[in-house]
Formats: sequence, structure tokens, C-alpha cells
Amino acid sequence: MEIKLTVNGTTRSDEVEPRLLLIHYLREVCGLRAANIGCDTTSCGACTVLLDEESVKSCTVLAVQANGRSVTTAEGLVDEDGTMSVIQRAFRQNHGLQCGFCTPGMVMAATSLLAENPHPSEQQVREGLEGNFCRCTGYHNIVRAVLAAAEALSQPSEDAETGVGA
Amino acid sequence: MSILGTRVLRTEDPGFLTTGAVYTEDLQDERLAGARYVHFVRSTVAHARINGIDTSAAADADGVVAVYTGKDLTDTGIGAVKPMMPNMNQQMLQPLLATDVVRFVGEPVAAVVTEEMYQGEDAIELVDVDYEILPAVATMHQALTGERGLLFPDAGTNVVVKFGDESGSNPDLFEGCEVVVSEVIQNQRVAPAPMESRSGAAVWGEDGRLTAWIPNQGAQGTKGAIMGMLGLNPDGLRIITPDVGGAFGAKFGADSEHAVICWIAKQLGRPVRWSETRNENLLVMPHGRAQEQKITIGGTKDGTVLAYRIEILQDCGAYPKAGAFLPSLTILMTPGPYDIPRAESWSTSVVTNTTPVGAYRGAGRPEAAAAVDRAMDLFAAAAGVDPADVRRKNLLPKFTEPHKTAFGAVYDSGDYPTALEKVLAVADYDELRAEQAKRRRGGDTLQLGIGLSSYVEITGPGGEAGGPNENGTVEVHPDGTATILTGTSPHGQGHQTVWAMLASEELGIPIEKITVKWGDTDLVPRGGGTGGSRSLQLGGAAVQQASRELLDVARERAAATLEASPSDLVFDTSASAFAVKGDPDVSVPLSSLAESERLFVRSVFTSPGPTFPFGSHVAVVEVDTETGKVFLRRVITVDDAGTVMNPLLAEGQRHGGIAQGAAQAFLEEFVYDDDGNPMTATFADYPFLSATEVPSFELVDMETPTSYNPLGAKGIGEAGSIGSTPAVQNAVIDAVSHLGVRHIDMPTSPQRVWRAIQAANR
Amino acid sequence: MIPAQFEYEMADSVSQALELLAEHGEDAKLLAGGHSLLPMMKLRLATPAMLIDIARIGELAGIRADGDELVIGATTRYADIVSSGLVRAEVPLLAHAAAQVGDPQIRHRGTIGGSLAHSDPAADLPMTLVALGGSLEITGPSGVRTVPADEFFTGFFESVLEPDELLTAVRVPRGGSVPWGYQKFVRRANDWAIVGVAAYDGRVALASMGVTPIRALGVEEALRAGAPAAEAALRAVEGTSAGSDFHADKSYREHLARVLTRRALEGKTG
Repeated sequence: MEIKLTVNGTTRSDEVEPRLLLIHYLREVCGLRAANIGCDTTSCGACTVLLDEESVKSCTVLAVQANGRSVTTAEGLVDEDGTMSVIQRAFRQNHGLQCGFCTPGMVMAATSLLAENPHPSEQQVREGLEGNFCRCTGYHNIVRAVLAAAEALSQPSEDAETGVGA
Repeated sequence: MSILGTRVLRTEDPGFLTTGAVYTEDLQDERLAGARYVHFVRSTVAHARINGIDTSAAADADGVVAVYTGKDLTDTGIGAVKPMMPNMNQQMLQPLLATDVVRFVGEPVAAVVTEEMYQGEDAIELVDVDYEILPAVATMHQALTGERGLLFPDAGTNVVVKFGDESGSNPDLFEGCEVVVSEVIQNQRVAPAPMESRSGAAVWGEDGRLTAWIPNQGAQGTKGAIMGMLGLNPDGLRIITPDVGGAFGAKFGADSEHAVICWIAKQLGRPVRWSETRNENLLVMPHGRAQEQKITIGGTKDGTVLAYRIEILQDCGAYPKAGAFLPSLTILMTPGPYDIPRAESWSTSVVTNTTPVGAYRGAGRPEAAAAVDRAMDLFAAAAGVDPADVRRKNLLPKFTEPHKTAFGAVYDSGDYPTALEKVLAVADYDELRAEQAKRRRGGDTLQLGIGLSSYVEITGPGGEAGGPNENGTVEVHPDGTATILTGTSPHGQGHQTVWAMLASEELGIPIEKITVKWGDTDLVPRGGGTGGSRSLQLGGAAVQQASRELLDVARERAAATLEASPSDLVFDTSASAFAVKGDPDVSVPLSSLAESERLFVRSVFTSPGPTFPFGSHVAVVEVDTETGKVFLRRVITVDDAGTVMNPLLAEGQRHGGIAQGAAQAFLEEFVYDDDGNPMTATFADYPFLSATEVPSFELVDMETPTSYNPLGAKGIGEAGSIGSTPAVQNAVIDAVSHLGVRHIDMPTSPQRVWRAIQAANR
Repeated sequence: MIPAQFEYEMADSVSQALELLAEHGEDAKLLAGGHSLLPMMKLRLATPAMLIDIARIGELAGIRADGDELVIGATTRYADIVSSGLVRAEVPLLAHAAAQVGDPQIRHRGTIGGSLAHSDPAADLPMTLVALGGSLEITGPSGVRTVPADEFFTGFFESVLEPDELLTAVRVPRGGSVPWGYQKFVRRANDWAIVGVAAYDGRVALASMGVTPIRALGVEEALRAGAPAAEAALRAVEGTSAGSDFHADKSYREHLARVLTRRALEGKTG
């Protein structure tokens, strides 16, 4: 079946089988491989992307369900001149990633979380990321990164510091 | 201003955060164009004879290119694999694909190759295996009694190997002890579950050489494993390590599936790819821990420990792997940081019809620490002495010269009492006890528990013969950049950044201009990989050493160029140039010395021995005494691994370790039923730790350098996970000890805690 | 990890959905958010030959007041229930329950209709609907019928829904100041309840204590007789048939049911 959707701002049209998972559409058809597959029970969130700006687990969305909608991946958060988003920068500044496998999904979940709740408490950040598993960091620096990003996003200046790591 | 010891951001991160790292499943290498996909048919029963495998329906299915069984492998001379060490029972052979018998749920039985990825899962459903169920040896005790039979009849036993000397046990070990406590405790089976499951890709070139991409912890070891499994010569294959999404000890060497896909690529004359699902990963990637321990501790009423014994039963799972030999490390670390006059330990490793057990963060040492620290708390409770005081009384005093224990471990440097006092101070231990007392008086539903651990652990093994050692090659290029080759194999630890820092410090080349390479056996034929927390103290030291030796070579060239004597030259790191002493205008840049001849040095750094990081943890929990639920509120730690090169990264290693160790204490367990059926083989069932179950951690700094390498560094990677497990377990038991509870096995699930409270009330 | 093959149709109206259901019978399943169905299909525990996508049918969307009830369209997502000012004001128990389901990503996709039709006795919304005394509007070839939540769930993942019917709306009583409580006992935040309790206005429903959500009628009777929460809660196990699994055995579940019922009756969430 033919689907038309916008991926990272670019409209595209593809022929897909109904059972093609959105995660595989993004990785194999669109060539966007930042999002990863970490489980088979919709548990781990490594596949998280934005569907119409809300976080979803793309392993549990059919590509056909995204027909006519817009999808944003971690690749799509980067400026035309290669500047990372505030949230991506905050992850780097705060060492919020080690092996990197959960990271793109974690960043997308955090992006959606802060869009819905710009000033979360630490507890709200942890709850907001309950659907994203990480084995390396123990979550400590991920939480710091998201709180730092929230702080930076609430500043008027674009050059706001995003953490103590620098 | 030295870059060492500063919080340098990782150079890996921009790529990881935007386009993502390139894991094996992401590879788009042109050599893999047109690759076929491999999926495995796996046993659904724990123990059975295979009476037949019907592959006909699968072979006819859409897109199926080939179906292979164990017989196809043996027909081409690929035999079963012997256990990795000669002291393990050599009759316990593991075929790459099961032939006559399956021995655990998940064991691969057949491989299906398809044109498209999605066709694979359709096709494996069509393979029909005729199983004749056999009794399952589901537990270690069943393995010992033989009541469920033998996994390997030819072996005549389910025992793989023993360590220590049970027959030499001293029956009077506890003589003179006023207080003696004994308990059988579990260090339960857990799943390493890195976020990246196992995968692989393989192709044979026209030159007859295999190239395989396999996520691993040391390409050289992986190469050796594939060579062994497929009978290849060293020059017949090349292993390339893509980015690796975590490993934690479970990606050493190679698994049978990795060898099978390499073999399939040869049969087909095409590249092949394979990725397992999480369910397969939880079933087949080697599990961790799985020890039962009988601990006995005795001493005087004032809290002085006189004797300690630990008897270990190790579950190896269905085929002996690293797990079988880890008890030898548990035995080595029996007394931990404590000064125990008389101590004994021995172990028996047995096979069962469960997933094979391998190395998992700490690999044998967390088991030792958890046992001795549980013993300390049991003893403290029985003697009526505060657990902090018991530790104060029994910790080895500070030492600066290496200290040899009765078990043969040579602790290089240590100050255990200071680590304990520091963490108690930051945790405000007295305040916590006061709060606990208040809640106890009030009969609060939510009780406070405070748990301690003091630990020491062994790091830095391995390398080439004559180790512990590691190699590093540093090359400076004429354009002012540099390349490092390392025998380590990072999978999140940040070696790309830290090795560059070390070379930058010596050579004055900015880290952005330094490329670090690893994991390609054509580029780096020898190396010990990354594990056992060895990389910085051996691999990092090798990079520093190679950099310094490179400057020696460069100095000679500079002297020739400047027509000066080498000893008249000074190296100005800030300019990355040699200049004549007292005449800075007469200088030559380091990079220019590479113009007419390559400028590189390969160096092997050898350490006098393994090093022993140590620390103390305080865990604070709240326990809902009505339901048994545990809330982990605080973890305060000292993890002293000597000199810290990059505090940002060292903290990250501590956080990750603390979380994994805590997860074992109160949350995670891989469970089987009495027929050997796994109950926790998905992330929905296996209680993998998520962000809501742990707090932010409180890290206290302490650096007691080692003299074993110029960096002064010991290994930090596993320390956090060794200290946190007993601290959290002790905290939970402490929370309800006033109700009469003296022990709760890990994980301290709500049901276990609640049952312990009920049992104590009776 | 990959579902078996299936055909896919997007329905643009309830009547078209019904036609497709009639045509494909038991081989077809309805797809809204897919977060109950797709996980089962990925493990091949469900293998429908046809999926009928109803996610974009306008008639199935929206939350509105209708007298003393709120009417919630079947394809309303958990996230929309959580953020709805109307639901938070009028049926705060439902807003709270919806916020406990899974994690934010799941709540952006899963729907109330999907959850109720799935009929998982461990899930949040089935138990909550029973506690609320809500009702479900079902549309089939012969028209619309309304079934009380008490009668809707008939067995383990089973409801009164016929293969040719579609759940179109959910009705819940309005009552912003009605006392309520909610307890969900889990190991990890995004797990299903080991035991769950929802209390609303003297009605109590339990999750994971039987093959369907269970009304704690014994507790309700005790409350009507004037018993305080702690005493009434002791009757929480009456009428239940809790199972034993590796998470919890039966007697521990029964103990939790009593403790959590008391807490829910005290108006606590946890």
C-alpha cells in the first residue's frame, strides 16, 4: 500500500506492506538508523520517535498508521548548519550517554516530555522516561541532562549553558 | 594546564546523538550488499532428545534460500566445542546447532536463511522439530543429587569443575568464637541485557578470507573463538568491531550463532546478516551470577571476627562457559577488605538445563563481596554491635605497601577505614540511625533501612602472555593529526576521548585531531579487549607510554634536523614542537618530523599485577511494612580506583555500576519453573531497572593511587556494582530487622520482604 | 518481533467499519492505537488476517458532557483523557487511572476503546470503568446497545463484544467532588498491576484478582452498613480468584488486595 508522510520535514511517498513497522520503515526505507530496536514487547523505548510531535514507540506503530502524518527522528533535531538541539547538547554536556544505543530514543522521549511539561521536577523526569531503558548510565546523568535542558530552554538566550560538563 | 583529571566532553557524542552510533545492525558496508538474513529455530523445551527435524515446509516458504541443521555442520567437519578451560569436564561438548539433544530453552537447533528480513520469522515457524522430552535438571541441587539425570551421560556427572579444597577444611575453624552465625544465601541469576542484543554479519572474499562484523569486547578474542569453532587459520579471517551497544561481560569471544552465520556465508557464497530479538537475547546471551553460598561467620561478642567460611555452588547452565570458573575469583576475594584471621572457601560448579552462565559486571567478585558483607551484618546483628562498628573493627588498616592475603591476592594499595568513614560522614549515618529509631518507636508503616558495604575488588587482568599488559600504537602524521591503535575495545566507556587525552597530554596535539582505532584484527592483531576493568590501567598506560617513546624517537630526529644534541632540546607541549634550550626560535614542529619517515611507536605496557580498587557504600531504603515494597531513596558511595583521568566519565561508570548492583539487590532475577521453562524472557516480565526505581546517586571522591602504572589508576568499571548490591540488600533487611528479620534473599521483592516479616512474627 | 502477514483497510466511518467487520468476520480485528493488539501480533499470539483501522473516524473521537455523564469517544487516547480539563474536573479518577497506564509513549497511542475491548483484567481502565459504574456504547449491524461496565467483561481477555460489533463510546458519571482512591501495586512504574484497586463513591473494583475486573461486593456491603475503611477492606478477597505466578502468589495477592483496598477507600493514590 502507498503511504505519504513527512519525515524530518521532507515529504515522501513509499510502497509498503501493511505489517512493516514504522521503526523498520525509518531505518530500512528512509535510511534513518539513529533509532534502534531494543526489545520486542514495547518496553524499552530505544525506537522512540515523534509522531506529530508526540513521542511514540515506533516498533509498535505500523508505517501505514503514519500515513499522512509527520515523523521526527533524532537526525531531524539537528539544524541545517549541523547544530544539535538544546536537548542533544545537554546530553553531551552532562555525559547522559555511554554506549549510545538508548540515546536517540531517550532524546526523543525527553523532547516530547519537555514540550508537554517545560519545568519538570526530578521525579517527573524519571516518570516521564519510565518507558526508556538504559543499562549503562544508571539514569543519573540522563536526568541531569533533561533538567539542564529544561533550564536552558527556559532562558531567553540561545547560548544558555546546558550543564556543568564543559 | 594539564588536560588529565578534567571533565573533557566525549568526542564520540555528536555522532551518537544525531545520526546515531553505527551498530552491527546499522552497517551499510558495500561488502554486505545483497546480504541474506539468518534466523534461528530454537528449542522450546529445556531437555529433550531430537528425534527428527522436518525442514521441508520451511524450505518451500517464500524467500527461503536455505535451511541448515546441526547435521549440515557436522557433515562439513564442524564439531562441538569443548569447554574453554582444560580443568572443566571435557565431555561437556556444545554443538553449534543442537544435533541429538537440546539442553536449554533457546538453544539453537536450525538456521533459516531468507532473502528479506521479515520472511525469516515466517519461515522459522514452519520448521518442525520432534522432541522427546527428558527430565529437566532445573536446579543446582537436582544437578548434584542426580535425581533428574545427567546432561552429559558421557561425563558421568553434572559437576563441571571444583575449586578450593573442601577436604582440607578445618573442623575447628570457629573454635573460640562466642558468636557464630550461618546462613545459606542466594546470589541469584540475572540477565546482563545490554541494550544492543547480539548480532553479526559475515562475508567471504574472493581471496577465501572471512570478514565478520561482530559486536564484542575484544576482537582478538572473538577471532580466536571463531577460529576455534570453525577450524580456521589465523590469517584466514578478519574481525571488525562496529560500535557496540553495551556488553557488561556478555559479549566476550563469540557465541555459536556467530560461528554459524560465518559458516552459512561460506556455504552460500553470499554475505549474511543476523540480529536476535530481545526474547532470544534474554534466553541465550550468557546469564550472570547464579551462585548459592553457605556462609558461616564467627567471632567475639565485642564484634571482632575470628573466622569465616563460604561454600559455593555455581550454576553453569547447560554448557560450561566463563561462569564455571568465576567461583575461583570469588574464592580469591573471600575475605574482601577485612582482616579475618581464619577463612576458608571452596566451590563446585554444576550444569543444569538452563541458559549458560558467563561473566557479568564484576564476574565472581560481586559474589564474594555480597557474601562477606552479608556475613558481617549477620554477625553484627547476632553480636548486637552496630554494622558500622563491626566494619571499623575488622577492616584491614590502611596500607601503602602491597598486602598479600591468605588467598593469594596481593592488594596493591588500600585505605578501607577512610573510605568507610568518608561515606558514613557524607551519609550522616548518626542522623539516619536517629530517624530510623524515631520511626521504629512510632511503629511507622514506612520504615527506614540503612545498609553498608565495604568492598575491595581485583581489576586489570589479561593481555598477551606475560601479562597483565596491553599494547598501544601512537602515530603522528605530517598534517599535525595523530592516530592511536589500541588493544582495548570500548563499548560506552569513552576510550576514544580518554586515549586521545593521554596522547594529547604528551604530544601537545589537540584531542580533536587524534583518531583512536580498535577492534579490527587486521589493524590491531593483538589485544586483551575491555573487561575486568582493565582498560585505563593497561591500555591507557600503553598509550601514554607509546606517546612518551614516540617523543624519544622524535627527539633524535629533531636533534638531527636542528643540528643540536638531543639533550639540548626541550619539547614544548603547548606548541607541539622541539626547541633548543634557551633559543625558542630554533624549533621544529613534531608533525614535520613525520614527513620523510613515518613517526610511530608501538608499545606494550606491562603491570606488575592486577590492582585493587575499593570503597564503601551506604544505601538508604524505605520499606512499606504492610506490603513489603522497597523504595531505594539514597545511595552514597566511595569508589576509590586511584587517580581519575576524566571525572565526568569516571562518575558515569560509577552511576551505571551502582544502578546495576542495586537492581540485583532488590529487583532483577531470571526465573525458571521446575521444568526448566524460563518465566522472565521478555522485558515485560524481566524486571529490568527503569528510571523510576532509583534515585540520583551521591558520589564521594577518594583517590588512593596505585604504584603499578604511571597513571596511578585502577579499574573503575565494575566497582560500583560490587559495592551497591550488598549495601542495598543489607538496607532492606535492616529496615525490618527490628521485627525479627535477619535475612532476605535477593532480589528483595515485595513478596519476599513481606513473607520474611510474617515469618519473623511467628 | 514481526507480525504475521495481514491485509489492512482504513475505515472512514463507523458504518464502513461495520461493513468490513461483517465481510471479514472472525478473521478481522479493529485497530485504533494498536497498543494492546500490536504487541500481541508481534509475538504472534494474535494473527488476524485483516486489520480495520478506525483511528481516524471522526465519530469515534472527542469528549463531551451529556447531562450527568461524560461521553468519551472510543478512539480517545489515554493522553487526551489525562490532559482533558473536562475529565480532570468531572471524573478525576479516570484522569488519574489513564495517567498510570504504561508510559508516555504508550499513552500517546493507546485508546480507551482499545483498552476496554482488550479486556485485560490486569489493566487500569477496565477496573476503573467498573468502579465508576460506567457503561459502554456498542454499535453493531442491528444498531446501538449500551452495556454497563459490570456486565461488559466476561472472561480473560473476553468481553460481550461480538466479532461484528464496534465499541463506539464510553459513558462515565460526572462527579468532581465524589471521593475516590486508586492503588496500583507494581515492581516497576510501567508494569501491569500485580494487584490494583479503584474506589469510587462506595464502589470498589479490583485488578489482577480474577479473570475480569472484580467488584468487591463484600467491601461495598460493609461500607453501606457503616463499617470504616479498614474493616470493610478486610472483605476485599470475597468473590475473587487470584492466581499465583512468579510475581506473586495467591495468598500474597489476597493480602495486597486488603491493604490496597483500605488505602483506596482512604482516598489515597499510590
